[in-house]
Amino acid sequence: MRNRILKTALPLLLLVAGATCVLAEGSEADFKAAYAAAEAANKEAGSLRNQWTTTAATLATAKKSADAGEFDKATASAKEAEALAKASIFQATSEKERWKDMEIR
Amino acid sequence: MRLRSAIKLASTALTLAALTLTAQPAGAADTVDPVADAKAFKKFFTDKFPKVKLDDFVNGPYSMNEDMHRQWEEKEQFPPYEFSLEMGKEMFSKPFKNGKSYEDCFPNKGIGIRQNYPYFDEKEGKVITLELALNRCRETNGEPPFSYVRDEMAALTAYMAFTSRGKPFDIKIPNDPRALEAYQKGKEYFYTRRGQLNFSCATCHVQSPGERIRAEVLAPALGILNAMPIYRSEWSGMGTTSRRFTTCNSQIRGVPLTPQDDEYRNVEYYLSYVSNGLPISGPGARP
Repeated sequence: MRNRILKTALPLLLLVAGATCVLAEGSEADFKAAYAAAEAANKEAGSLRNQWTTTAATLATAKKSADAGEFDKATASAKEAEALAKASIFQATSEKERWKDMEIR
Repeated sequence: MRLRSAIKLASTALTLAALTLTAQPAGAADTVDPVADAKAFKKFFTDKFPKVKLDDFVNGPYSMNEDMHRQWEEKEQFPPYEFSLEMGKEMFSKPFKNGKSYEDCFPNKGIGIRQNYPYFDEKEGKVITLELALNRCRETNGEPPFSYVRDEMAALTAYMAFTSRGKPFDIKIPNDPRALEAYQKGKEYFYTRRGQLNFSCATCHVQSPGERIRAEVLAPALGILNAMPIYRSEWSGMGTTSRRFTTCNSQIRGVPLTPQDDEYRNVEYYLSYVSNGLPISGPGARP
């Protein structure tokens, strides 16, 4: 009887463990993709000489969460960093002409 | 048929004429005219603060109201920058290891020349600030450069500014398109919004001088560099122009550039030029 329970439970346990692993791996991959996208956007902001301190801080938060194995949190932070970097790119691009609006003439 | 052709020709000519007329003002607006800029800059501030004498703008927030002015007068009895001034004087006269000194690097042995910096170096094609010239002097004489944001640089520039006190800013733009470009880029930097707070230099120092930002009273942009370097109570120490620019950037959540990068040199050139004629008052003290 005990053997039968073990025989049934073992594959189930293995299945659950496997699924958890797949989920964790997927989450880490998501983080890596989100982080790379954020870094690329921040690099572009750097080439426009307009990086924001908050982008760097949010990237650091993402990395810290990833190091602690909290990939969902890390991915969310990386996506936030990407949004910040993209906003800084938009700012630098639109200001190429808009600065003239404020000029004393 | 002839009439139709004539009408077509006339309408084409009118369209072209209209296009030319509308294109001209836009082109004129983009013309770089530092003399007109400086005139408009001074007019803007003197109109905004009719009670403040032109020369008084160099006292920054202390020029903005009578109470602040009294505070400044009291501060000047025992100026907090005095220790830095003494340190700068001693450093300036001390020879380098090779026997030469700062005197050998500057016109008039470095005395009473602050009002001519920054200048445009036509050989290099770039703006040379006083801080940059001091570090180049050190390196030429085999000494390591100082940090642009720390006490040693502040002390040296404090002493040099002190020897120029009262002399009007006299920044020249030579007849060189690169000089005009550097000036224009400096102007662009001054008015460009940056950082997550979306502020430009002008947001605080053109739109809001005399207003408070938290506990601070914002200084007008006119004459803002005449008082550099400054002792700031907020910093509990001296600050160079480089320190001022980099901290302004980080306060608006922008990553500062490296001190003496082209952008900072150009904005110093622009801001100094539009304050031509106002006296050097450095070293200064600020809240």
